[in-house]
Amino acid sequence: MSKILNKNIPKLNFKDISNKYTDQMETNGISRREFIKFCTAIAATLSMPYSFASEIAKSISSSKRPTVIWLHFQECTGCTESLLRATHPTVENLVLEMISLDYSETLSTAAGYQVEEVLHNSVDENKGKFILVVEGSIPLAQDGIFCKIGNRTAVEIIQDIGPKAAATVAIGSCASWGGVQASFPNPTEATGIEEIYKMFNINNTVINLPGCPASPYNILSVILYYLTLNKLPELDKQSRPKFAYSTLIHELCERRPHFDAGRFAEQYGDYGHREGWCLYKIGCKGPETYANCPSILYGDVGTWPVNTGHPCFGCAEHGVGFSKPMHEQASIFSATPPVAFPEIEENKGFGITPGAAAVAGTLAGLAIGAGAMAAKHLGNKSQENEE
Amino acid sequence: MNNHKPVGGKILTKPFMVLAFLALIAFILIIKRFLFGIGSVTNLSDGYPWGLWIVYDVLVGTAFGCGGYAIALLVYVFNKGEYHPLIRPALMTSVFGYTLAGASIILDVGRYWNLYNMFWPKYANINSVMVEVAICVASYVMILWIEFSPSFFEKWRKGGTPTFVKRFMFVFIAIGVLLPTMHQSSLGSLMIIAGNRLFPLWQTNWLPLLFLISALTMGYGMVIFESLFSSVILHRPLEISMLKKLSAVMQKLLVVFLIFRFGDLIWRGEISTIFDIGFKQSMFILENALIIIPMILLFIKNKKSSPRSLFLSASAVLLAGTLYRFNTYLVGFDPGHGWHYFPSVSEIMVTLGIVSVELMAYLVFVKKLPIMPAIQHN
Repeated sequence: MSKILNKNIPKLNFKDISNKYTDQMETNGISRREFIKFCTAIAATLSMPYSFASEIAKSISSSKRPTVIWLHFQECTGCTESLLRATHPTVENLVLEMISLDYSETLSTAAGYQVEEVLHNSVDENKGKFILVVEGSIPLAQDGIFCKIGNRTAVEIIQDIGPKAAATVAIGSCASWGGVQASFPNPTEATGIEEIYKMFNINNTVINLPGCPASPYNILSVILYYLTLNKLPELDKQSRPKFAYSTLIHELCERRPHFDAGRFAEQYGDYGHREGWCLYKIGCKGPETYANCPSILYGDVGTWPVNTGHPCFGCAEHGVGFSKPMHEQASIFSATPPVAFPEIEENKGFGITPGAAAVAGTLAGLAIGAGAMAAKHLGNKSQENEE
Repeated sequence: MNNHKPVGGKILTKPFMVLAFLALIAFILIIKRFLFGIGSVTNLSDGYPWGLWIVYDVLVGTAFGCGGYAIALLVYVFNKGEYHPLIRPALMTSVFGYTLAGASIILDVGRYWNLYNMFWPKYANINSVMVEVAICVASYVMILWIEFSPSFFEKWRKGGTPTFVKRFMFVFIAIGVLLPTMHQSSLGSLMIIAGNRLFPLWQTNWLPLLFLISALTMGYGMVIFESLFSSVILHRPLEISMLKKLSAVMQKLLVVFLIFRFGDLIWRGEISTIFDIGFKQSMFILENALIIIPMILLFIKNKKSSPRSLFLSASAVLLAGTLYRFNTYLVGFDPGHGWHYFPSVSEIMVTLGIVSVELMAYLVFVKKLPIMPAIQHN
């Protein structure tokens, strides 16, 4: 058995990791083992073969450093925070060092004219080569005055920088389709990047990574995929990478068996809720939200919202998160639950009731009486016949 | 062949009104059943999914309706033409018994809207005994109405039954003899599946045969009972000589039934179970006493021609068959610890309503259609 396994699974080859990079790892306090673990985890998230981990390791350690420009518009910086505060921040640091993050309002030490200059220089230098990451939506109302950076509105900035990027990653629900700012009545007319591009005829590939915040592993996976294979991952109709957004949360949810068996929490803190039953009835949007949360979890501490007892609110799904009421029941695309489920403790019936006994007795009496009367009449009749 | 005549007389008599009232109650309860589900009317549970409606309306109802089958068997298979005058009244009870049994299935099946799948070859489970019973009973209901159609033709069509109907009637009669043989035995097969949840006094692989013989005895019993009872309530002359011969056939079948019943118990070594006194054993003794009583009554020579003992024997046979079915399906059936079943008042009222409809239809048909043999005036 072990022989067959050894044959089929190629051995990981990490010899190609350059010495320069191993030094860099050491200075960052990362052991070789930790590094390989990280690469393997990324390969698993991408649903790539085991051997792909060594490819990732190779490309991470290579010396090419693609330029990344990270723009913030209308948002809460939650996506950046979740990326930085993942439990192995050192590895994320590594990724940030591997790429050339030329502009990021959150991480830059410089400010004002200085940082604006860096942005313009970098965009001009790397025209058509840099990856643009956009966090936050773009307001359109009143000429977009609700969001201004360096005396330019967000619309103006994106119209300037967008066409010059190699590809655009819209991180978080805000950048994907407006997010929380776009919920009714959407006073700022917050709009997602893809729509802005369409509106201003900007021809550029957009990868949407919705989620509030977007799962840090999904952005890391997209960047590493691009670095390793030099192409973008396969996208669905809503421009979301298929590796992360092709399955309904409902399908892989750890509470799914409770749904199928009809065990539901009816309200917060009730018996079913404490027992960890399905949260569908208190408004879980898992059945209509596509995301990989149940399989890769959040924040690397082995949990995600549904696990902690809160129904999924569909943050990653346009038209669900921030638009549907929190406790409205989700529409179900796959198996519809029946209107009524059998009870856990079935009623086993009871014996004879006084009413039923009375009715049954009366009927039996009537039948016997009628029979006796008929028999009596028949006796008389036969006598008549004989006479 | 115009030797059948309507009895005539008023339809809306006092007993008819009482029956109509009972039918109305049942009708209201049936509406309740369809609005609020089967649990709102019955005491059925997961342990006892079959209750009074299945056992009485379907099992006993169709067995009562075996008159047409039993007489057709005699007349057309054994070529005993002398019983021909009995065939129409017998067919009529069959028509009612089976039609209402079929209709009551719709009440009794929890998800009745899925019923049509049975007749859809794509969805039917052809290995299921229940599908066999369902398709067989459904087709037999249609066959019965065709067999019964001459009564309508004679009433409403000038020139009576059309020739092509007469010419092809033998096909329907043949199918009409085949179908009950199939499903009456299958009704027994249904409980073989229950395995050892059915008490050993009733559980046997011979259940199909026993159910078939029992249904035949009940068919003859019903013909005798119906003939005698109608002569009392409709003031008609007695047909003693014919009924006497019929009772002899019934008596022989009862002997065959008892031989198989007790032979099987001895063969399986379960005969001693009778003597472990208990409720189930008492029901077993009562059931068989009701078979032995008519046998004794019919053996005594001078009693054989007495309409009273004929009536009592027929009633006892009907009761015995009824009890045999109730015992096999409910009394002897134990789905496990803690399950109980006794029909609820509304369940009984619905069954009573169905019986009332049957009796009302009987009265109307007999009075308005040429069913009863014409009275010979000597």
